[in-house]
Amino acid sequence: MNLNPGTASPNITNPNITNHSLSAIARALKNGDYSSVELTRAYLDRIAAHGGALNAYITVTAERALAQAEAADARRAKGESQPLLGVPLAHKDLFCTAGVRTSCGSRMLDKFIAPYDATVVAKLDAAGMVTLGKTNMDEFAMGSSNENSWYGAVRNPWNHALVPGGSSGGSAAAVAARLCPIATGTDTGGSVRQPASFCGLTGLKATYGRISRWGMIAYASSLDQAGVLAQNAADCALLLQGMAGFDPKDSTSAQVAVPDYAAALHQPLQGLRIGLPKEHFAEGLSLEVEQQIRAALAVFERLGATLVEVSLPNSHLSICAYYVIAPAEASANLSRYDGVRYGYRCERPKDLEDLYKRSRSEGFGNEVKRRIMVGTYALSAGYYEAYYGKAQKVRRLIKDDFTRAFQEVDVIMGPTTPGTAFALGSKTKDPVTMYLEDIYTIAVNLAGLPGMSIPAGQVHGLPIGLQIVGRDFDEARLLNVAHQFQQASDWHTRTPPGVSG
Amino acid sequence: MSIAAKDIDIIAHLARLSLTDTERSDALGSIASILQLVNQMQAVDTSAVAPLAHPFEASQRLREDVVTESDQRETLLTLAPSAEQGLFLVPKVIE
Repeated sequence: MNLNPGTASPNITNPNITNHSLSAIARALKNGDYSSVELTRAYLDRIAAHGGALNAYITVTAERALAQAEAADARRAKGESQPLLGVPLAHKDLFCTAGVRTSCGSRMLDKFIAPYDATVVAKLDAAGMVTLGKTNMDEFAMGSSNENSWYGAVRNPWNHALVPGGSSGGSAAAVAARLCPIATGTDTGGSVRQPASFCGLTGLKATYGRISRWGMIAYASSLDQAGVLAQNAADCALLLQGMAGFDPKDSTSAQVAVPDYAAALHQPLQGLRIGLPKEHFAEGLSLEVEQQIRAALAVFERLGATLVEVSLPNSHLSICAYYVIAPAEASANLSRYDGVRYGYRCERPKDLEDLYKRSRSEGFGNEVKRRIMVGTYALSAGYYEAYYGKAQKVRRLIKDDFTRAFQEVDVIMGPTTPGTAFALGSKTKDPVTMYLEDIYTIAVNLAGLPGMSIPAGQVHGLPIGLQIVGRDFDEARLLNVAHQFQQASDWHTRTPPGVSG
Repeated sequence: MSIAAKDIDIIAHLARLSLTDTERSDALGSIASILQLVNQMQAVDTSAVAPLAHPFEASQRLREDVVTESDQRETLLTLAPSAEQGLFLVPKVIE
């Protein structure tokens, strides 16, 4: 296939108003260059014109967005000026939005109108943000290509024959194509960082417990965490500020103070110690990606950082542990979909068992059913110790690797993915091939640590991502490191063909 | 540890899923290859390692034992595929 992005992408014309970063929008709204209503209309027009080709949105909430924009303009007229006021965004369709369909990419929830707001949604609404809509995703966040959605695959704005990554593929495609300035995502094994890498974006997965999971539809509860898909690290910092913090409604929410992320961006990197896991620069990594990553690391050296080789000796076990723990937790979490209280119900059930079985079999897609079955097996009598118990022990070994490495270094860096975005349909036959896509990102979720992916180069015209991993609750440092790199490079300003940045 | 066709039927029943013949054979193939992948961890000696259930080993926070929820029965029942007189309806379970 042709990897030249110029050939397969349509020419997307770009009215100037929708190519601003969140930071630029915040300034423009403050200066009165345009109103939130004008900006929101421009995005809605752009989604109407170009959204269909990418399939990035499942639901566009035009009326609600305009009402929120009017309210934001009214608040500004009364003297309010916080940075998120009146700024549009899109939410991954996994965050519950009261009164709006929240499908999680599944037929099971195709008609589910959430009766309440996720804490993330409520906080960003209260800050005055405008929800343009809900973005497409792999069903129940299970996937690395966004091909597992009931609503169809999402296309990569850089080349429509390629996947955008997953599971937050709709959010990534929407930000990359400027169908929204910024979006929320979630990351259980790489679902923010991998699509950020494939779409040329800055993505951040917060520390487990940093952002409330209340109202986030559960996949694997000990791994799920929210995040941001943005145009740059400064934008990421502003949105994270609005999302982070203790929430009494989430029993795993951390009672850890939230620093001022924007203020931390400007710290010089002199003396920063960067760990390079030798296992992430080994077999399996594309040579061309490695060259780009090494070039990006040289930029950090010029900024005063020191590169140190570290070892994460158990990292080869992270996919094994993940594909036991995540399916096990998923099989328990998804047992709630029974066709009785909400969600899909089959036609004419002959008895209660038939109702359960057919509602679940018709409501869930293949990958979801596969993970439920793997998890059910791993938790079943006689296999629990060999699978779930073993995976939890391996999880500790993986966590301990990071703890040791962070005694020597401040952040850990490497490639986000082994290669660039792959072709639609190229990895759907064999689930294991797809699972191996997340080889560098999964360990970070098992250890609960914060991680980012930032654009760090291109291979054959397609973006590649540099992963930055930090100590727990050290998002401020990650954002600082990413921002300093973005002051010294311009990869984050590159946009897909036909989209102006 | 390998998996057989009869295991697929047991798992599917435990998970309350019904599979067609094609789905059953696809499931057998793909689940076998997933188990082969994850079984690589069986080679690691973890006899001296304690399981890790939460990344920071936090324990469950408890809240005050007070009522925090309001009555949302009507709202929640509107989401049900079938409801009547404040109750969820299912096929007859008692003769």
